[in-house]
Order: sequence, then C-alpha cells, then structure tokens
Amino acid sequence: MAETAAHAGAYGEGPYFNPETVKPGPAGWLTTTNHKRIGVMYLSLIATFFSVAVILGLLMRIELMYPGQQIMSAKVFNAMFTLHGVIQIFLVVIPGIPTIFGNFSLPTLIGANDMAFPKLNLFTFYLFVAGAALAIGSCFTGGGAPDTGWTFYVPFSLKTAVNVPLATFAVFVLGMSSILTGVNIVSTVHTLRAPGMDFGKMPLSVWGLYSTAWVQILATPIIGITMLLIVVERIFGIGVFDPTKGGDPLLYQHLFWIYSHPAVYIMILPAMGIMSDLFPVFSRKNIFGYKMIAFSSLAIASVGSLVWGHHMYVNGQSDTAGIIFSLLTFLVAVPSAIKVVNWLATMYKGSIRVEAPFLYALSFVWLFTIGGLTGMFLGGLSTDVPLHDTYFVVGHFHYIIFGGTGFGIFAALYYWFPKLTGRMYEKRFAIVAWLTTFVGFNVFYFPYFVMGWQGMPRRYFDFPAKFTELQVVSSIGSYIMVIGIAMIIGNLLRGAKKGEKAPDNPWQGATLDWSLPSPAPLENWDVPPTVTRGPYEFNHSEDDK
Amino acid sequence: MSGTSAPATAHGPHHAGPYNPAKGRLGMWLFICTEVLLFGGLFLLYAVYRYRYAEAFHAASGLLDRLFGTANTIVLITSSLTVVLAIFEFERGKPTRARNYLLFTLLCGLAFLVIKSFEWGAKFEHGLYPNAPHLMSMGFGEILYFGLYFTMTGLHAIHVIVGMSVLFVAWRRIGKGTLMRTRPAFLENGGLFWHLVDVIWIFLFPLFYLIS
Repeated sequence: MAETAAHAGAYGEGPYFNPETVKPGPAGWLTTTNHKRIGVMYLSLIATFFSVAVILGLLMRIELMYPGQQIMSAKVFNAMFTLHGVIQIFLVVIPGIPTIFGNFSLPTLIGANDMAFPKLNLFTFYLFVAGAALAIGSCFTGGGAPDTGWTFYVPFSLKTAVNVPLATFAVFVLGMSSILTGVNIVSTVHTLRAPGMDFGKMPLSVWGLYSTAWVQILATPIIGITMLLIVVERIFGIGVFDPTKGGDPLLYQHLFWIYSHPAVYIMILPAMGIMSDLFPVFSRKNIFGYKMIAFSSLAIASVGSLVWGHHMYVNGQSDTAGIIFSLLTFLVAVPSAIKVVNWLATMYKGSIRVEAPFLYALSFVWLFTIGGLTGMFLGGLSTDVPLHDTYFVVGHFHYIIFGGTGFGIFAALYYWFPKLTGRMYEKRFAIVAWLTTFVGFNVFYFPYFVMGWQGMPRRYFDFPAKFTELQVVSSIGSYIMVIGIAMIIGNLLRGAKKGEKAPDNPWQGATLDWSLPSPAPLENWDVPPTVTRGPYEFNHSEDDK
Repeated sequence: MSGTSAPATAHGPHHAGPYNPAKGRLGMWLFICTEVLLFGGLFLLYAVYRYRYAEAFHAASGLLDRLFGTANTIVLITSSLTVVLAIFEFERGKPTRARNYLLFTLLCGLAFLVIKSFEWGAKFEHGLYPNAPHLMSMGFGEILYFGLYFTMTGLHAIHVIVGMSVLFVAWRRIGKGTLMRTRPAFLENGGLFWHLVDVIWIFLFPLFYLIS
C-alpha cells in the first residue's frame, strides 16, 4: 500500500516501549503524549477493569446457581450487578476500542505520526483515570455501592441511601473523556491522513472508529447533563425528575436513552470496523462492498441515534411514539445485516487461513447474529411486553456486547499483538482458548433466552425452583467461559514476555500499519507514506509471498 | 468539515505535524457542538415543562427582575464585541491594544457574575430557591421553573468562569510574549468559546425573563 522504501531505516529510535526512547521509568509512560504509549496505558487499565467485572459476574453466577441464598445477601447482589454493569459499560466496552486501538492503531492506519491533539489525548486519559477512580470510590464511601443498576433510573436513584451522586458524577467525568476521545479521532481522520489516502482508501476499521467518534461527540453530552442533573437533584432538590415536585421520571428515561442507546453503537461500531479489516486479510480477498460497509457505519450511527424509545415500550410512552421507535429499530437491522452479508461474501471463494484472530472474527458474526435476531423480538412492540426486563434482554445484550464487542476486542488484540509486543502468542493454545471461551459463552448465555422466554425477570437475587436446571447449566457455562478468558489473558501475557519474535507483517496485511516494523517504533514515519491503492489490494503487496 | 481537508504534508520525527490552524479550529467547533448538546438536554426539559405548565411559567417569569437580565445581556453582548476586537488587534500586530480589549472583556465577565449574584441573592431572600418552604408552597410549574432557572443560569455561570479563565491565560500569554501572532489559535478558540457563552445567554434571557 505504501512505498516502503521511502521510510526504510528512518524509524524513530526503536520500539515504542523501549525505555531509552523517551524519559526513563514511569514518567516516560505517565507523561507521554505518544499515541501508542497512551493506547497501551488504556489497554492495561481496561484489561484490569474487565478482569474485576468478570469476577463480579462469576460471583453472581455462583449465587444464582441454586434457589435461595448461596454466598451473598440480596443487597450485596444489587450492588454487584450495578458495579458489574457500570464497570463493563462505562469502563470497558464504551472506551475499549476507541481508546485502545483508536490510539494505538488509528494513526498507523492512516499514515499519521500521532493523534491530532497529543496533549489533549494525555489529558483525556487522566480524565478517564479520574472518572474510574470516582466510580470505584463511590462503592466504598457515603453509604455504599449504588444499587440502582447501571441505568440510575429515577425516582429510585433519588431516594436510595447509597452513594448515587458520586457514581453519576463519575459517569459525567468518563463522558467528558469519551467526548474528547471522539473530538481527537474526528480531527485526526480529517487533518492527518497521509497523502493519497482519501476517504475511499481508508481501512474500514478507520471508518468504524470515525463513525463511532461522531456518536461519542453528539450523544455523550446528553448523558453528561442527565447525570449532572441527578447530582443537582440529590444535592439541591430542583425537582425536574422528582414526581413529588411535578417532575417527570419518564423524561429522565428519555434523556438517559438518547445517549445510552447510541452508546450501544459506540460499543459495536468500532468492533465491526475491525472485523471488516480482518475478513479480507484472512480470506486473502478484497472486501466485498467497501462503500456499502463504510456507508452502513454512518447509517448505523445516524439511524441508531433515533431509536432510544425502544427501551421504553412498557414505560408509559405513547403508542404512536412506540410504533415510530419500533419501525426505526427494525430499520437499523438493515445496515447491520449489510455488514454481516458482506463479510460472508468476502469469504466466498477466498483463500481462508484459520488463525486465532480470524476465529474471533467468525464467532463475532455468529454471536452478533444471534444477538441481533433476538433484538428483533425486543424491537417488536407486542413481543417486548412479556420479554421486557427478563433474562431474554440480558441474553440479548450479552450476545451483542460481549459476543460482539468483547470478541471483537479479543480479535483485535490477537491481530495487532505483533505490533503491540513484537512477539507472537502460542498459536495452538490460542485456538484452544478461543474454543473454550466460545463454548462456555454459549452454554452460559443461551439458557438466558429460554429462561427469559419463560418469564425469569432480570436483576433478581432469587428464582423459583423450576428454573434450577437452566440456572445450573448457565452457571457451568460461566465457569467454562471464565477458564477460557483466563487462558486468553495468560497466553497473551506469556506471549508478550517469552513469545517468539514476530515478523513485521505476519498476516500479510496491506494496510499501512503493517508496513511498520514489529514492535511498532516510537515514531511512525519520517516522511509520510504516499498511498496509491486501497487497503485490501493484496495482489500488490510486496510482503505477500 | 468536508472530506477534502488538506492532509498534513510533512511530519517531523518528534511532533504530530506542522502547525495547522484548521486542526485546532475543527477540534474547537466539535467541542462547541458538544456544549450546545449539553445545554440542549436542559432546553429539552424546559420545553416539555413549559408546554405542560405554560401559565405557571408565565407567572413565575414575572418574579424575575428584567432590569438585571437586560443589564446582563448588554454586558455580555458588549464583551463579545470586545473579544473580537482583541483578536483583530492581535492579528494585525497590536498586542497592547489586544490586551486592553481582553481586560475589558474580563471586566464584563466579572460584572455579569456580580449582577447575577445580586439577582440570585434577591431570589434567596424571597424564598425562591429549590426546597425553600415558600417555593414549595407554590405549584409544580413554579417549582420546576425555578429549578430550571437555577440549574441553567448556574451551569451558564460556570461556563462564564471557564471562559474568563481561558481569556485570562491568553491575556497573560500575550503579555509574556508566549502567544505568537503567527499562531493565534489559543486566542481564537478562547474567543469562540466566549461567543458560545454569549449565545447561550441570548437564549436563556428571553426564555426566562421575557415569557409573555
């Protein structure tokens, strides 16, 4: 894709993580404005949060294995699912891909040397740290961890004695961080593309990040003000959400979901973008329908911003509003399906190589499709009435968010691992770990559809004995899945330390990032690369031997 | 924000790219979009509740002092003019004049806050603040009107303070000579933010003071 000769031998001063390339010691990391170092700092924090939230989830599954109290009280259970949701949503999946790969990979994908605003980038990182610290602090101060669920619905969140104001303020700070990430990504894509890289030659992962960044910019301020209003309401009692003062709790739900539904697309869109990069690379074939995939990202971003009301079918909004929101919800399925069909068409008659990143990409399609189709049940006005607030919903969004975004992050980690570390993980073990996680995932979450269909409500600490069999199956699945995740993380950590040296372009990718050495250097290019062809034209790749 | 923005032409090894004023301006406009949306959530609440309690909002509006509101509107619009003049003078190489205009802008901002605090003080005296017994004895519409009034003007006042801090830094940097005429982005973007603060007030003023 690039004229590699133009910058051969002109890299910075060795791998980006070498201590001698910048200030030595922790200061070289904590005060860096380098996009790769910031990306890795995000990665280590987010991986830690993810592990904590997985353990919380595991504890809940142990509790839910049999009827009655097992290991925790109902109150602790409430705090657990709130904390699990807040961590996974606000500290892992929403920031995940835009902060890790939007920093580490985005500049290298468009031939830039850094983000548009490197100092702002570091500031954004510390906003994230501050927000995370506040969120964690809210669990241990002022009356204990919030028990409202991650949605902080009023009027309960105004009345509960626990530390809601600090938690909602934490979400506000995390929102600011997310907004600034979006501003940086849009500015970078607009102003720092390498010569010759017009919008039609950008890798689709960049399209995914770019569309996501717009949603981050346009939707996040709404949750910012909504969370601030909860704080103001709790401290001063202004009344805007308090029914005893004439306020309308339904308005809270509108404002909350105006952000939080688009936030679902903040989670899934960048993962879809990365999938669109992986399918061509591992099928050795140009992507099928580049323009449609790029366009469908924008379509999902725009139509997806208008469907928030489907969270509120049974909450008292008008029938007309329900019908319109339902229609728009079904419309969003179209661009999502375009992507899935185009990925499959890319594989058709391709020369498929089964590598770990590709297995994650394949399972992404499988899990996302199940998640998407069950979303149709919930998007329908009548079927949503019995299914609302049941395990069916929990199953649906875990298939989308964990099966989609989570597996997408794993795929991206396995894909860019050589650039991140300069080494390779144990490939066969990676496949075993994938299989364990994938099987465990399905055994874990598929029973949720059945239980939800039979009426098991979500967020309940206990359940009638008739659900015992399925709850046991689900718990066993969760144990398998956690073992799989431990294998994934262990393999990556071991690979980073002791893995064999990775070649510069192990997957024979044609995007600019693979023209850099492995591990990536501190500075990308002395002379910006000139782009002459598309991101998936493998037949011209010098490295494609 | 078209797709044809010029790509960076030369990257130095240790910075992200050459000085590109378009980059900072794009970033600032994006940020301003987010600010508009932040207030947008409050304007949405205002619209719903005013629709629902139209008469109470009208009555409550009569309890505000239009003199204070009008004075503040004039002060802010004047300050928007002087910040433009400051940028204009700075870019044609008159840093002293630019600083004077900035100082005047800052004084306007301060005057706005002082007037606002008198106004809020008067409301507190009359028992028109959230959870005040007097206000709670009034109807839902009045409670919500004053809840929104304090939230929206309060959030706006915070923005006035932030804008003043940015302009103060610009004032100091021009004085020290660390803000260069060839790279005025900091001052320009500070000015943009100040206009945003002004524009939000121009919406707040009629919505709270001039309901008929």
